[in-house]
Amino acid sequence: MTTDTIPGALALACRAVRPAWPRDAVGGVMPSWVASPASVEEASAVLQAAADHDLAVVARGGGTKLAWGSPPHRCDVVIDTLRLDRVIEHAAGDLVARVQAGVTTAHLAGVLGAAGQQLALDLPGTGGIGGAGRNGSPTIGGVLATGTAGPRRLRYGTPRDLVIGITVVRADGTVAQSGGKVVKNVAGYDLGKLFAGSYGTLGLIVEATFRLHPLPAATAFVTDDLYGAAAAAQAVAAAAGSDLAPSAVEIDRPARGGPVRVGVLLEGDPGGVAERAAAMRGTLGAGSVASRTEPGWWGAAPGGTGPGGAGPGGTLIRIAFWAAALRGVLEAIDIAAGAAGLDPAVAGSAAAGVLHASVRADAPPGAVAAFLTGLREALARAEPGEGPPRRGSAVVLHAPDDVRELVDLWGPVPGLDLMRAVKDQFDPGHLMAPGRFAGGI
Amino acid sequence: MIETLVPRMVQICGPGGVVSDPLELRTYECDGLTSHRAAPALVVLPESAEQVAAIVKACAAARVPFVARGSGTGLSGGALPRTDGVLIVMSKMRRIIAVEPASQRAIVEPGVTNLAVSTAARPFGYFYAPDPSSQVVCSVGGNVAENSGGAHCLKHGFTVHHVTGLEIVTPAGELTWLGDGTGAAPGYDLLGAFTGSEGTLGIVTKIVVKLTRIPQAVTTLLAAFETTGAGGVAVSAIIGAGIVPAAIEMMDALSIEAAEAAVHCQYPAGAGAVLIVELDGPEADVRRDSAAVRKLCEEAGCTEIREAADPAQRAVIWAGRKSAFAAVGRIAVAYIVQDGVVPRTALGRVLDRIAELSAASGIRVANVFHAGDGNLHPLVLYDDSSARECEAAEKLSGAILDLCIEHGGSITGEHGVGVDKSRYMPKMFSADDLETMQMLRCAFDPAGLCNPGKVFPTPRLCGEVPGVRRGVHPLVAAGQAEQF
Repeated sequence: MTTDTIPGALALACRAVRPAWPRDAVGGVMPSWVASPASVEEASAVLQAAADHDLAVVARGGGTKLAWGSPPHRCDVVIDTLRLDRVIEHAAGDLVARVQAGVTTAHLAGVLGAAGQQLALDLPGTGGIGGAGRNGSPTIGGVLATGTAGPRRLRYGTPRDLVIGITVVRADGTVAQSGGKVVKNVAGYDLGKLFAGSYGTLGLIVEATFRLHPLPAATAFVTDDLYGAAAAAQAVAAAAGSDLAPSAVEIDRPARGGPVRVGVLLEGDPGGVAERAAAMRGTLGAGSVASRTEPGWWGAAPGGTGPGGAGPGGTLIRIAFWAAALRGVLEAIDIAAGAAGLDPAVAGSAAAGVLHASVRADAPPGAVAAFLTGLREALARAEPGEGPPRRGSAVVLHAPDDVRELVDLWGPVPGLDLMRAVKDQFDPGHLMAPGRFAGGI
Repeated sequence: MIETLVPRMVQICGPGGVVSDPLELRTYECDGLTSHRAAPALVVLPESAEQVAAIVKACAAARVPFVARGSGTGLSGGALPRTDGVLIVMSKMRRIIAVEPASQRAIVEPGVTNLAVSTAARPFGYFYAPDPSSQVVCSVGGNVAENSGGAHCLKHGFTVHHVTGLEIVTPAGELTWLGDGTGAAPGYDLLGAFTGSEGTLGIVTKIVVKLTRIPQAVTTLLAAFETTGAGGVAVSAIIGAGIVPAAIEMMDALSIEAAEAAVHCQYPAGAGAVLIVELDGPEADVRRDSAAVRKLCEEAGCTEIREAADPAQRAVIWAGRKSAFAAVGRIAVAYIVQDGVVPRTALGRVLDRIAELSAASGIRVANVFHAGDGNLHPLVLYDDSSARECEAAEKLSGAILDLCIEHGGSITGEHGVGVDKSRYMPKMFSADDLETMQMLRCAFDPAGLCNPGKVFPTPRLCGEVPGVRRGVHPLVAAGQAEQF
């Protein structure tokens, strides 16, 4: 084989290349080849070969979020990262782990858990926003690329907050790294932040180093069922504003007019957690309950797999806002959904200002679009003062094709011109997941 | 060239906002790193974001380089002016625009001091977590540029973890927002990439910061050890036990001696090292962790342990640590403050090696450091009237950075690269790494006018085609990374 033909060039670059199957399609776009590099050298060679032949590339880990984002404008090669599956280093004494992109979150949790440590992103759960999907366990590369995190984002943040070093392969095959393996490090630009949540549009993430946390000695959940946005928002504010150090404050509202479940997670010393759980019950009210086991809805996508849930075929919207706006956001969801004749399930990290709303797959596309428009109008309502022009967003993470055709998945994006300039620098040929991201990037 | 800009700048900022008198300009010739000096051609002091945008636009049109400066406390020369450029001093923009405890947010202008944010938030039960030692004077805008840390970033994180929105003036002079204050804005995390870019990607004009709930309890322990090695064992044991203190600081004998002479902090006499461990959080957790830390320190051979539970006692313990840099000024004619990072588990080996290097060169080194995160601040003491000592001190200081790189660490944990360390960047990063970082620079500042000459050694011009470079990565050569 020679590098003159595309299959020849790919085969020389990487030992595991095969023609694509229908199930390899990305957002309905059928690639021609799937390459599974087993090393950074192979990944670099694949991208170089793709660039030489003007082939568009989409990276895929566990495939659990492949339906997120817009379909690519082009997709010739899928790079499957699952063979980049090594935990390169777990320096337990330094609370740091360096892993390849294809390591699954479940595998990593096992390795770290054996040393009493964790990557604090709530990843191994099932059915959750950051958890496993029908295709298997998410990978570290995919989690970073989509920027997903679960309930404890309130305390630990999202992948961008925990990544301390990253190795990427650029569209032309160049391997580059930034950061390192020490938590405190301000040498050079932090490309880990730039690549976190970039949906594979700037390059291929092949390796990342994370800050770890000790597993808590004990956990407790305090939950309460409340009626109405005002009562729920008040409970969330009381929990978040207490000095009881909650690691997460979540809500779950399966249906409009029904109860809003509020749940607070406390972590730490067993005696301390018990004391704080009692105090948190006092904060939330007499009806609240403390338990050591997590509620069934904890960290799950809104509506879960139940009748209100969007499921993989429905529309999933991520709503971000300033925490004090929680009541207004819940009311705006109800008003916009009511006007559109929908009843979305809502759940998420209320105190951290991130909720997810899900609409069933069989909802009329026009109604979903109207709901989204109504919601965005409410979020855009100007706040007095000199802060950011918008204090929130509603981003469609995934949606049925007929909904995608009607809506702008991303909505207004601050700094979009600069983002386009960044894309043009990193990927001038627009070969990396073209069209997957905000503003057609 | 620059003279032609003066009338425009006066138009924008008013006559009181423009400094062109050579004597006055000299006031701005350096920041906290006084070994690098350059008087700017012109200084402007804007009072609003719109003025900053107009200034930058005028500079861009005239192709004149510009540098932003906050309070000038930086320790790497990041705000070193250009003799052919405009220095934009942000200190008049010091309004706290809003404090919104219900959203755990505040909106401030870049000239607001770090401590002022915490002061404004305190009545509501909140504080601003990143706390560089210079927090009384350093500005939040400067903190964003440098991604500043502080003693408590071990638990609470750096500036980048506490900023959720930035209004910036791009190097082309456009006002735009990065992030929307939520911490989950759609699109690339340009906010995260901008933070810590040392003023090379634009100028911050408004900042949305996250506020943190004041913890239920705080306690500070002071443990004395015979050697820094024994102290290091205690640090590893504390972290190994799953405890995440708010801060773990260490001082060696020489820095204790200096602090004692300066502020009479009354640390245990004759100690070879002291460890300051601060714990914060819910009361029961702090109580349990404090008991555990005491036990682990005793097991590591500590000779004395004290605990301060009230703010006054805590202040006494911290006084010694906080005075350390200034205090060594009393026991040496001149000193270099170094800032390097090693993995915490390598601390013992690296300190031993620094001691050997110090003995071999005859240059004394006082060690004060953030032990919890392996961030060393060796103070290299010398006599600047001796050419031999100047050279030896400079060499020793560089050798310490080499040690950090050898052990898989970093050439700077919090002071930044600035002009001071750009020459060390190729030791830590490959040409490809630096070229890739440069792409971000070119996206923001294709003309190369925004704080040029900082962070990167002799960068390529934007648009220049890179040559073929497939050498061995410096970290691979040093045995710190695998071949790829």
